[in-house]
Amino acid sequence: MPVTIVIPTPLRQFAGGQSEVEVSASTAGEALDQLTTTHAELRRHLFSDQNTLRNFVNVYVNDEDIRHVNGPGTSVKDGDTILIVPSIAGGSTVLENETAAETAATRPQDAGVPLPMLSNEEVARYSRHLIMPEVGMTGQRKLKAASVLMIGTGGLGAPLGMYLAAAGVGRLGVVDFDVVDASNLQRQIIHGTKDVGRPKVSSAKDRLQDINPHIEIETHETKVTSDNALRLFVNYDVIVDGTDNFPTRYLVNDACVLTGKPNVYGSIFRFEGQASVFWAERGPCYRCLYPEPPPPGLVPSCAEGGVLGVLPGIIGAIQANEAIKIILGAPDIMVNRLLLFDAWRMRFRELKLRKNPDCPVCGTNPTIKELIDYEQFCGITQQPETKPTMEEITATEMKQRLDKGDDIQIIDVREPHEYEIAKIPDSKLIPLGQVLNRMNEIDSERETIVHCKGGVRSAKAIEALQRSGFQGHLINLKGGITAWSNEVDPSVPKY
Amino acid sequence: MIVLNENHLTEMHAHGERDYPYECCGLMLGRFADGRKQVVETYAISNAREEAAKRNRFLIRPEELMRGEKYAREKELDVVGFYHSHPDDVAVPSQYDLEHAWPTYSYIVMSVEKGRAVDLRSWEMEADRSRFNEEKIVSEARP
Repeated sequence: MPVTIVIPTPLRQFAGGQSEVEVSASTAGEALDQLTTTHAELRRHLFSDQNTLRNFVNVYVNDEDIRHVNGPGTSVKDGDTILIVPSIAGGSTVLENETAAETAATRPQDAGVPLPMLSNEEVARYSRHLIMPEVGMTGQRKLKAASVLMIGTGGLGAPLGMYLAAAGVGRLGVVDFDVVDASNLQRQIIHGTKDVGRPKVSSAKDRLQDINPHIEIETHETKVTSDNALRLFVNYDVIVDGTDNFPTRYLVNDACVLTGKPNVYGSIFRFEGQASVFWAERGPCYRCLYPEPPPPGLVPSCAEGGVLGVLPGIIGAIQANEAIKIILGAPDIMVNRLLLFDAWRMRFRELKLRKNPDCPVCGTNPTIKELIDYEQFCGITQQPETKPTMEEITATEMKQRLDKGDDIQIIDVREPHEYEIAKIPDSKLIPLGQVLNRMNEIDSERETIVHCKGGVRSAKAIEALQRSGFQGHLINLKGGITAWSNEVDPSVPKY
Repeated sequence: MIVLNENHLTEMHAHGERDYPYECCGLMLGRFADGRKQVVETYAISNAREEAAKRNRFLIRPEELMRGEKYAREKELDVVGFYHSHPDDVAVPSQYDLEHAWPTYSYIVMSVEKGRAVDLRSWEMEADRSRFNEEKIVSEARP
């Protein structure tokens, strides 16, 4: 299979003055090996002493950089052209002491960037990586030079951060604005019981630094917003999204597209998880897959719908795996693919994704060129405007009225298994899904307080009842049974 | 030996001073003839290194080099070398320059002290990659 290798001008003197050399090979690596066997003097200009391609040598098969395909294993066929294209790099000797900081802020795949060395302690620590040729010394140094920003230190961020820290990713950025709550501990294994009440970034930093003292951890105790996202993202090589809400997911996606960063995506709900790598340079972005967010309230959050504790462990570990592969320049990164996982049935499925040429942010004629208001985009800010007609009561007021002996019926629209965990005395259970069918069980002559866990489902129940013509006086319990436990009766467990 | 004219020198000086305190970089387009390089045109490139490293590093991405080569081919020229500046440092290639150099090309290094281009020297790498040899610059009068 003759394949043509085009020799760049400065190297022609080492190839007998030829501008093109024909070889027969099935991969780009084989082709270069043949070329440098015939013309041995070429080898030192293309390969380092470790026999890997020099990092300022770029090899293209036809128009594709092999680093973006399958490295030296990229297959070539009859009639293909291999181009050797140099990156030209250099610089002065002054300020050499800044080199470490400089490389850390640089994408590892950039040509011409010196990688940091490993200390003996680090060599001992990473030995299981070092003995695999796929990682090796160079790969481990790439990990050390790399930086990853993890959005969220929750269910996904916990395993993700711990594995990235253990793997020796040199600089980890941790973003979270929340504090550790007891209900987090069922899955967020980066935090412990002693951390309840602490800011998540502090708790996460302690745990990560304990796993690996050789890495740098930068904490950002803030929400990611349209104002700070770009500034935050440009300082990292890879962004990993461990958030659980749509506005942040779209914000992270758009900011990654605008800054050219790969976005390692994961999401979880109940027993099902998804993962992919959205990287506009090489494939689709999140908007190519989901151009519009679902209407607010349609997809419940984990706080409302629950999540199996192990599930984020599995999905977060997959995200860590892909982030490490991106840094190493591994083949078969999960670009163009969406992984679907069902923990209850223990099934993995994979969907093919395609870049949408009309995508508003990464398509050929993008209309989104800066970050927008994502709360509004996801319809979150309009929501309160549709609600003012609904009457609300606080848990404290409700207790006062009950104590006064007011005739009030209490309808609980949660699920039976939630009712088993905690209930308000003398409440009647009618799950949200059955509310309309069982409307006749609610006495329309009496005043009715409707409640759920946090107040969202009960508001939906009231809306549905009113739309269906229910005439009775309906009042929503603000904050649900959680508020009841907080304000009135702490003996009611919070879940 | 590299042959260029005063215009090319003026352009490179101006580029180095404009980009100070960052490193500037660019291509030299021309012809290889009788073992010497004749520069016909300079071609400025924007330094692709990130903000923090621009003071002492430059990078020309392969896509940009390919674009430069395409432009050169259209004018029936070759890329004969590269120029870059060393802000507040001597016009001598660094070890880093050597590690990243290609044979045959001319590497012009320009010293820019406190915003003023004060020295400019040309270098070519030894074929065994062991060192740079200084190369004679012949400056012709303006055409």
